[in-house]
Amino acid sequence: MSYNMHILVCGGTGCQASSSKTIISRMNEYLKEKNLDKEVQVIATGCFGFCEQGPIVKIMPDNTFYTQVKPDDTEEIINEHIIKGRKVSRLLYKEPEHHNPVSDSKHIEFYKKQLRIALRNCGFIDPENIEEYIAREGYTALAKCLTEMTPQEVINEIKLSGLRGRGGGGFPTGLKWEFASKYVADQKFVVCNADEGDPGAFMDRSIMEGDPHSIVEAMAICGYSIGANKGLVYIRAEYPLAIKRLRIAIKQAEDYGLLGENIFGTGFGFTIEIRYGAGAFVCGEETALIHSMEGHRGEPTTKPPFPAESGYLNKPTNVNNVETFANVPVILNKGAKWFASIGTEGSKGTKVFALAGKINNVGLIEVPMGTTLREVIYEIGGGIKNGKKFKAVQTGGPSGGCLTETHLDTPIDFDNLIKVGSMMGSGGMIVMDESDCMVAVAKFYLDFIVEESCGKCTPCRVGNKRLYEILSKITEGKGTMEDLDNLRNLSHVIKDTALCGLGQTSPNPILSTIDNFYDEFVAHIRDHRCPAGKCKALLTYHIDSQLCIGCTLCARNCPTNAIAGERKSPHFIDTEKCIKCGTCIDKCKFNAISIR
Amino acid sequence: MDKIKSLADLKKIRDNVQSKIELREKSENPEKSVQIKVAMATCGIAAGSKETMTYFIENLERNGIPAIVTQTGCMGYCFAEPTVEITKPGEEPVVFGHVTPHKAEEIIQKYLKNGELVEGIIPVNYNSI
Ligand SMILES: Cc1cc2nc3c(=O)[nH]c(=O)nc-3n(C[C@H](O)[C@H](O)[C@H](O)COP(=O)(O)O)c2cc1C
Repeated sequence: MSYNMHILVCGGTGCQASSSKTIISRMNEYLKEKNLDKEVQVIATGCFGFCEQGPIVKIMPDNTFYTQVKPDDTEEIINEHIIKGRKVSRLLYKEPEHHNPVSDSKHIEFYKKQLRIALRNCGFIDPENIEEYIAREGYTALAKCLTEMTPQEVINEIKLSGLRGRGGGGFPTGLKWEFASKYVADQKFVVCNADEGDPGAFMDRSIMEGDPHSIVEAMAICGYSIGANKGLVYIRAEYPLAIKRLRIAIKQAEDYGLLGENIFGTGFGFTIEIRYGAGAFVCGEETALIHSMEGHRGEPTTKPPFPAESGYLNKPTNVNNVETFANVPVILNKGAKWFASIGTEGSKGTKVFALAGKINNVGLIEVPMGTTLREVIYEIGGGIKNGKKFKAVQTGGPSGGCLTETHLDTPIDFDNLIKVGSMMGSGGMIVMDESDCMVAVAKFYLDFIVEESCGKCTPCRVGNKRLYEILSKITEGKGTMEDLDNLRNLSHVIKDTALCGLGQTSPNPILSTIDNFYDEFVAHIRDHRCPAGKCKALLTYHIDSQLCIGCTLCARNCPTNAIAGERKSPHFIDTEKCIKCGTCIDKCKFNAISIR
Repeated sequence: MDKIKSLADLKKIRDNVQSKIELREKSENPEKSVQIKVAMATCGIAAGSKETMTYFIENLERNGIPAIVTQTGCMGYCFAEPTVEITKPGEEPVVFGHVTPHKAEEIIQKYLKNGELVEGIIPVNYNSI
């Protein structure tokens, strides 16, 4: 007999870090104790996306969605819900607006606007069990391609679907496959780019952790269409769980004859190996990635030749991103027309985003192309944390830009984001509120770039360093208006002359913040003032003489003796001596001290 | 493990494993299946609701009726336990009282398969939120 109830527990990296493994083992123990282990099955799944509320536990068939579950809650869930059929309401999600518990995920705002294609199996199947993947139509797309379609027909289907690369560039996937298929060689390669170097991004990691077989299947399909029998996954070593699940998936596929020689008795053979990266941003760039796999330094080379012509070991190589691959089996199962019916004119299907920053629902989401930034931030994301005001949203990672209030109704797709001065990138989305200083944000990204530049070409190695220095000057109140022009000019020079995509896009965060937040730069330069109150060098501490009663507490605690004043009369701060440590604010019981 | 050598082999495995996740797939879209809620509070369990529930699960499957069987708390009809609420796709829920496995079989054959009414319906005349 099959199980009557399934308990799905998130086994993604985030939820595992908050004890989801212990939750699973305790559940299994209690179920055994109560003799229910034959009726109730506990399954560790991939990421549900609602990481802000993790660990997530979902109970089927009644679809109950429990959030922030702790190991000590497991006994209650089993006693109350599983045995007596009563939901444990304190663990249900409460929508911040009305505070009423919502019992199933379909009715949670976070999920309402989402459409999960690339994430279709994440949080639904056990990623370490190939049979659950097969039950979800897994490997039928591969079977269909190998037994019913020619390689060119597969390529045509992908072209027709309008799928574009999800790794950042948005290049049409079908066209890329066609290029690689046209080159004649004794050996070709399929490479999956799982480097995922954007700060804060975890889309690809979650797909590999939650549905690794979809990548294995898609790589084999790609191999068939371009005429390659070898696949390589380039993944950063700091993704241990994703690596483990991929390894299991590859081994299972081999055991089932879905990788190896003569797949489906068609004579087509395909194998997959994993290559580990050390986690350098530039190694996500395809030529640098290929050099790194060859055992050379992870440095880019100029294109052409493109990898499709001369890639890994100088053989024709097709490089695609994890999320791009994850879409492929579904397209072949449901048809290119179905896929092309979702999204906008130039961008079909969905996009996965990692929502982060000052937003209520931090997590992983997937929405149809054409969803607006406002829908993502306010409806799915639940708005800005702590009731603060929205200021900007950064998309496209270190190559992207910061968008403002005026861009919120822009439908998200590859072309629209470029039009407004940012880009899709791989799907990082960082939300900022009124307390974030945009000059400091630009400096943060430049700091990342200076750290990650491989140093091979001068514009990127030296140019970005100079940009960083100018930004530092401005945040210290030592900037001039001329610096603003220099920032702009140097940015354009770097964009035009850098060797690879890293340098060609690295000034984008600066250019977009100067365009969209010009006044904030000017405030730093002319008024020596940081409007967001973030740049330490520009802040001054003040004591309000109306509020200060002269208790002397601040003066006694000031580490530099910068505060003076008579007992029982208002005190004042010597800004020369003040080191802006904030101790006085913490100590003052009358809210008399403020930062300006 | 025998290797998959053809599309037919893959289909065979898929048919075999489908049932493993069927419960999850049905629950994602509950409105498409028959939903059966068995009252499993103390009074229900004492009156044998556990057997009723198991009977439904096993025999709905045998009769090929796609259904989601869940348990709920006390419905308040303690005089008529075991009580069961049944919602057919697109219809209003109907509550049955005194549902023994014998009665369950009658419900499956008459109400669910042929749409005939059976005795033992408890009139529900309140609205719940
Ligand atoms: C600096 C830099 C970093 C990149 N990092 C990644 C990455 O982490 N993952 C990725 O898939 N593509 C990355 N790319 C894009 C790849 O070069 C390549 O375009 C992509 O893997 C192609 O796959 P797609 O067509 O499926 O998007 C990066 C590009 C640059 C210039």
